[in-house]
Order: sequence, then C-alpha cells, then structure tokens
Amino acid sequence: MASIINLNHPAHYVHWHFIQLSVSNLVVIIVMLIIFALAIALPFPGAERRRGSAS
Amino acid sequence: MSAAPTPHDSWTVRVREAGVAALPPEKLLPDGQPTYVASWIYVFGVLTIASLMTIIGSGLILTLKGPAWWHVASIGHFFNSIHLWAVELFFSFMVIHLWGKYWMAAWRGGRARVWITGAVTFLIAIPAALTGYVSQQNFDSQWISTQAKDAMNATGAGAFFNTMNFGQMYSYHILLFPIAVLALVTAHVLLVRRHGVVPPFVLDRADGGGGGGGGGGGASEPPGPSAGGGGGEVRPEATPVGAGSPGAQS
Repeated sequence: MASIINLNHPAHYVHWHFIQLSVSNLVVIIVMLIIFALAIALPFPGAERRRGSAS
Repeated sequence: MSAAPTPHDSWTVRVREAGVAALPPEKLLPDGQPTYVASWIYVFGVLTIASLMTIIGSGLILTLKGPAWWHVASIGHFFNSIHLWAVELFFSFMVIHLWGKYWMAAWRGGRARVWITGAVTFLIAIPAALTGYVSQQNFDSQWISTQAKDAMNATGAGAFFNTMNFGQMYSYHILLFPIAVLALVTAHVLLVRRHGVVPPFVLDRADGGGGGGGGGGGASEPPGPSAGGGGGEVRPEATPVGAGSPGAQS
C-alpha cells in the first residue's frame, strides 16, 4: 500500500550556516511553535465563567 | 529491659508526621485549582504524564514479549508503534510545557526544586529515548549505535555506556532510565502539589494603580490571598474554583 508521503528517497535538509536539520524535524518544530502560540491565544472552555464566579 | 517506646520514638510515626506536615491531604489531592490554571498552556504538563503512562504501559507489554517480537508479529508491531509515537508526543508535550514554564519563570516563589526536577527529567529522558532507539534490532539501531558510540567515547562515558552493547542498552532502557524518569516525575508532581501552580505575572497598569511589589526583571508575583491593596485588580489565585476545574494540570 502506498504511503501518503513518499519516503523512498534521501531526506531533504535545511542548511543555514552551522544549522543543519531535516525538513521533517523542522516541520515538527514549527508545528510545536504553532501549538504553543495557540495554547496561549485560544480561550480555555469555561475560563470566563470561572473568572466571573470567582470575582 | 527497656521501656516500651512511645509513639514519637517510632520512625514510622516521625515519617508519617513529616509527610503530612509537608504535604497535607488537601494539598496532595486538591478539589480545585486557581482560576488562572484555566488556560490551555497549563494542559501540557498532564499531557506529558498521560504520554508517559502510555509509554510505560506499551513498554511493559513489549518487555514481556521480548525485543524482537515487533519484527515477527503484527500485534507486536502495533504496540511498538504505540510506544514510539507516545515517546514522540511525550517529548513534544514536555518541550511545550518547558517553554511555557520558562516564560512564566516558574521557579518563582520557592519553586526552584519544581523547575530543577522538571529540567533534569528532560535531560534523563534523552538517554532513555536513545537507548530505546538502539534497542530496535534493525538497521536504524545499528546506524544510531555506531554513530553514537564515538560521542560516548569522546566524553569518557563509553566505559559504562556502550551503545554497541545491546544487553547493556536494553537493560538501561527498560530498568534504570524508567526508574529515574518515574522517580523524577513523581517528585516533580509532589512538589507542584506542595508549592501550588506558579501564578502569572501581575502586569503594571498604565495608570499606576496596579502591580504588586517590585520583583526581579521588572515583573512581580501577585501577592497571596491575605494581601491587600494593589489598585483593586482581580487576584485570581485568591479564589480557587471548585470541582470540575482542571485539578490535575500542572
């Protein structure tokens, strides 16, 4: 069965001065940064109600 | 013949009293958390623990069946995949948790040991994962072990951490490192329970009416529930919410 992403080739790399990392690792890091930003920005369910009842 | 010991002569009584004094039941198993914990950024600590439990559970099954099982049985392959992806999530959640706590300066308020146990857990988890990768018994593990041995030998650790020694790496992976990680995570969670979740910084208000006392770096910690003043801003930590709050988050 064919995979969704073709992995049958050498990994692609990003090379910038002394920094060298695979594109797959770079994608994971970017996704983690996006999740981190969303975790700060998105409201938590029921947070306003709790703050309202607490004040 | 000596007299019968009084209760306070017993080491079990002393240990019990010290334990209850350090971590009373209402702190060990609280029924609520401060309102500021109602944020997604506080979820990643418990997500890390959930990933760790998945790692331990799948790892126990893989241990019972042996390290070659996943090569010859589809159910073995399934549990090996569960183990691998739980590790990937464990590190991702742990690093996001670390980012959040770093920017919160979570070592404030006497929480240095909370921060240190978390940071050391991260450091110990790295060789725990490495020993797992070299225990796969495939070309990937051969490549990793032959590459990693030079780094280990360069640091002088090769005498007791030989990545080419499968038995040593496997025993480290299923015994020593799991014990270390679990002990550190347990200590970390108990310290969080003892000291409470770190409160957010209080922002200085533009009209000069807000803000607490001066702290390092231009920010300050909100005062405790009994403190007064401060420009009338809401003090979220003073009003714990009841049941139904994310009590397990840290």
